[in-house]
Amino acid sequence: MSELTKLTIAQARDKMAKGEFTAVELTEAHIQAMAAKRNLGAYIVETPDLAREQAKASDLRRQAGQAGALEGIPLGIKDLFCTKNVQTTAASRILEGFKPQYESTVSGKLLDAGSVMLGKLNLDEFAMGSSNMTSYYGKVTNPWKSKADPAKKLVPGGSSGGSAAAVAARIAMGATGTDTGGSIRQPAAFCGITGIKPTYGRCSRWGVVAFASSLDQAGPMARDVRDCAIMLGAMAGHDPKDSTSAPMAVPNFEAALTGDIRGLKVGIPKEYRPDGLSDEIQKVWEQGIEWLKAAGATPVEITLPHTKYALPTYYIVAPAEASSNLARYDGVRFGLRVEGSSLDDMYKKTRAAGFGSEVRRRIMIGTYVLSAGYYDAYYSKAQKVRRLIADDFKKAFETVDVILTPTAPSAAFGMDENTDDPVTMWLNDVFTIPTSLAGLPGLSLPAGLDAAGLPLGLQLIGRPFDEETVFKVAGVMESAAGFTATPEGV
Amino acid sequence: MIIQGDTGDWEIVIGLEVHAQVISNAKLFSGAATAFGAEPNDQVSFVDAGFPGMLPVINEKCVEQAVRTGLGLKAQINLTSVFARKNYFYADLPQGYQISQYDMPIVGEGTLLIDLPDGSTRAIGIERLHLEQDAGKSIHDMHPSKSYIDLNRSGVALMEIVSKPDMRSPEEAGAYLTKLRTILRYLGTCDGNMQEGSMRCDANVSVRPVGSTELRTRCEIKNVNSIRFVQQAIEYEARRHIDVYENGGEIKQETRLFDSVKGETRSMRSKEHAHDYRYFPDPDLLPLVVSQDLVDSIKATLPELPDEKKARFMAEYGLNAYDAGVMVAEKEAAEFFEGVAKGRDGKTAANWVMGDFFATMNSDAKYTWTNPPVSAENLGRMIDLIKDGTISTRLAKDVFIFMVESGKDPATIVEEKGLKQVTDTGAIEKAIDEVFAANPDKVAEVKAGKDKLMGWFVGQVMKATQGKANPGMLNELIAKKFKE
Amino acid sequence: MSLDKAAVRAIAELARIEVRDEELDHLAGELSGILHFVEQLAEVNTDGVPPMSSVADLTLPMRADVVTDGGQFAAVLANAPDGVIEDQGGFFTVPKVVE
Repeated sequence: MSELTKLTIAQARDKMAKGEFTAVELTEAHIQAMAAKRNLGAYIVETPDLAREQAKASDLRRQAGQAGALEGIPLGIKDLFCTKNVQTTAASRILEGFKPQYESTVSGKLLDAGSVMLGKLNLDEFAMGSSNMTSYYGKVTNPWKSKADPAKKLVPGGSSGGSAAAVAARIAMGATGTDTGGSIRQPAAFCGITGIKPTYGRCSRWGVVAFASSLDQAGPMARDVRDCAIMLGAMAGHDPKDSTSAPMAVPNFEAALTGDIRGLKVGIPKEYRPDGLSDEIQKVWEQGIEWLKAAGATPVEITLPHTKYALPTYYIVAPAEASSNLARYDGVRFGLRVEGSSLDDMYKKTRAAGFGSEVRRRIMIGTYVLSAGYYDAYYSKAQKVRRLIADDFKKAFETVDVILTPTAPSAAFGMDENTDDPVTMWLNDVFTIPTSLAGLPGLSLPAGLDAAGLPLGLQLIGRPFDEETVFKVAGVMESAAGFTATPEGV
Repeated sequence: MIIQGDTGDWEIVIGLEVHAQVISNAKLFSGAATAFGAEPNDQVSFVDAGFPGMLPVINEKCVEQAVRTGLGLKAQINLTSVFARKNYFYADLPQGYQISQYDMPIVGEGTLLIDLPDGSTRAIGIERLHLEQDAGKSIHDMHPSKSYIDLNRSGVALMEIVSKPDMRSPEEAGAYLTKLRTILRYLGTCDGNMQEGSMRCDANVSVRPVGSTELRTRCEIKNVNSIRFVQQAIEYEARRHIDVYENGGEIKQETRLFDSVKGETRSMRSKEHAHDYRYFPDPDLLPLVVSQDLVDSIKATLPELPDEKKARFMAEYGLNAYDAGVMVAEKEAAEFFEGVAKGRDGKTAANWVMGDFFATMNSDAKYTWTNPPVSAENLGRMIDLIKDGTISTRLAKDVFIFMVESGKDPATIVEEKGLKQVTDTGAIEKAIDEVFAANPDKVAEVKAGKDKLMGWFVGQVMKATQGKANPGMLNELIAKKFKE
Repeated sequence: MSLDKAAVRAIAELARIEVRDEELDHLAGELSGILHFVEQLAEVNTDGVPPMSSVADLTLPMRADVVTDGGQFAAVLANAPDGVIEDQGGFFTVPKVVE
């Protein structure tokens, strides 16, 4: 394995600026690594030729003195972002072969910043899942192995499982993720990397295959906090093509990493200690609090009383929006068509064949909760509870600057676990969903290993559009944690 | 209108939903053009075609047009309104939902005065007006086993204008549509062209025994493309309901299609299964907020609307209600009329505009309001020539024809053609003498009491003067001559 | 709320997803389980709480009425599953619809 793939984005950026190696060399190293680790199933499509072309162009730009913030950095793009002339599937059969004639705003901004695209990363179908087991293009394997049972294949988390696995396995320097209920943070935690879901509205949703429009948000996944800050700086910004995009300037997130958190108040929500939360998670959380205290911040116990209702709220709101967002996959204009005897017959056959079981299930639940006679009891009720959940955070942020919680209730689990009952699987997102419902920024960073040698993540939640404080606190925790473990073979 | 059935008298209850295409350059939620008649699928953005990841951004002009229309209908403007998704699957609905407004439309209740043939008016309630996207177009007759889809219309802004069930006859429904179209055209918010589909009408029809106040099950007749067909469809549908009821049957709530060839309505097969539109607020769009300032500034630019114009024409120009109604039915006609009538006798102006002018206008498709057969200035000047005695009303008819042919102003025509009225007593008397001299027998008959022949003499003298004799003077002089 | 087979069939119909009869029992169980799970919201007092449909604390931005898009039928039709451009004159196609 090449030394070049071991670098962080910031290190590679600085070394390329000094002329130590070129974007072509860095890209080639990643193309080789990507090919060598196909067994992980992280990529749905590799685009080595395109990457080489982009790397060449990048080196020319650098020579011309036009280097961007991510000049020559090879990245993986979650296959939920539409990429011009490159197959975009959302990991669904229904979009097999679909080549968008447009580039999503976020992936376009990354290209504009000089980055190189290595390929399209695997995910749960339509980003619906927490295990990356629902992709039509195969499961993704977590590069980490349990010391207790090295033969057991672990899930990378989801839905951005391909992104997390690729970054952890060093086959992308960074990756885009999207997060609707935890899809950046939970896989980041499972794979021992860092990822941030920014504030809703920070990154444009234009060109990102929609799952639940009021929740979906793109964000970076990378090896450390600084790399996430650099990437988010390039991804964020107001987009007039997205009516929900916030018309706000993008701060210099990297500059927020001052290391100084003295006097900050850190909220510790008491509701995030459900029965059965593992001792190891508890321990790493306590450890995180200690690190922050040592750095001069003050932990404050807070209450987020509607936390337990976040999951049921989410599982009404998200499927409802999804049932409507996914109606456009009908076999008429793009993607899969299964011929039928009539228009309706074609729709039904196409959608039955094109969607996997989790997607079908969520479409049906979403259809039901919006249907006549049930809207008030389910959808309208959930939207009201959503406001109560958002208000809980609003109130908490009157007294604290940032909130610290575990990212997920467990470390990565085996591919054969948790699959029988959808509701059990959903419990993975119990700590990330409230943040999504409130639209707040949430970052997960690796804080330690459990007894089996698997990474555990902690989550930092900030005020709306205050990613800077989240990054600042995360930078301090990262230094304190000194997390240097890597999966086998890295 | 009362329909006499076998069991008693019935009345019709009609509510109309009009889809009016908003006049704008670009679509409601995308930057694609709205123009009519482009090549298939060439005025389509990826938003209009429902591609993955595409998002709507609203066109401010369409919002302003909706507010403008609301003000024109004297309706409540809702400063905050919400876009909702109406979910259903159809071949020409690419997103699988239509972005519309549901429980919070941009315009609430208003009123529209319909003009009835006897010159009276009746107020019809407007329930609401909301903005929504149009669907694409399905073409069923180009292939034996396939329907073709053209998305050029997909995403074009429509105003759905819903009336209250206040109409009681096909005639009232026709008057409502005519008046609504007039108002939309005055406002410049919709061109009202039913043939091209920029104004479409769905009619909700039910019947009930006269005297009853219940609302019985209604049927919706979809997309009827002319006012005459709407009236036919309503009448057919009402009689169908009465037949069903009088034979002990029940009406099923359903969507029906009007077949203009057979003059019948029939159940729509594609709408057979019950709909559940699952409306919910569109999460891609935030609440639409318009400021009171914007509403006020739109209000300040509203034109004089037909009802006000009609009242003013009656007061200012002395027109009767019917004539005034005809004159304001088209904005351009009203403007033309005012161009002619300003500073002149209103009734004379109205007679000329509604008579010779309209007749010529309608005689040839080449005439339009931007290319009228004669200009308002010239028609006005011609009326001036009548008034000052230069030409008679009779001669004016010829002058009018020459104006249409040449486009010249009437004074020039009178000059060139020598059409000036003869008011010289001597000249007229000379002509009378000649006619008398040539027809002594007829002179004798008149003098013997056959008064009817007087007219014949007037005609002969007029002929002899090539029609230029002042008719009043001529009559007077002939009468005098006979008395001599 | 527990869903029976008929209810599942009706939902699938509304969602235009073909479901085989032998799948109905399993689906009914699964969907009922999910509904049972989300119904715990009933215990939350939401009197006077307005529904929250977006976290964005904004009103709708508007764009100017300018034609900026379209004129690209080849790109629009490029992914059509029924190969439309050459032989069918720029249309998408579906099985024939009878109105």
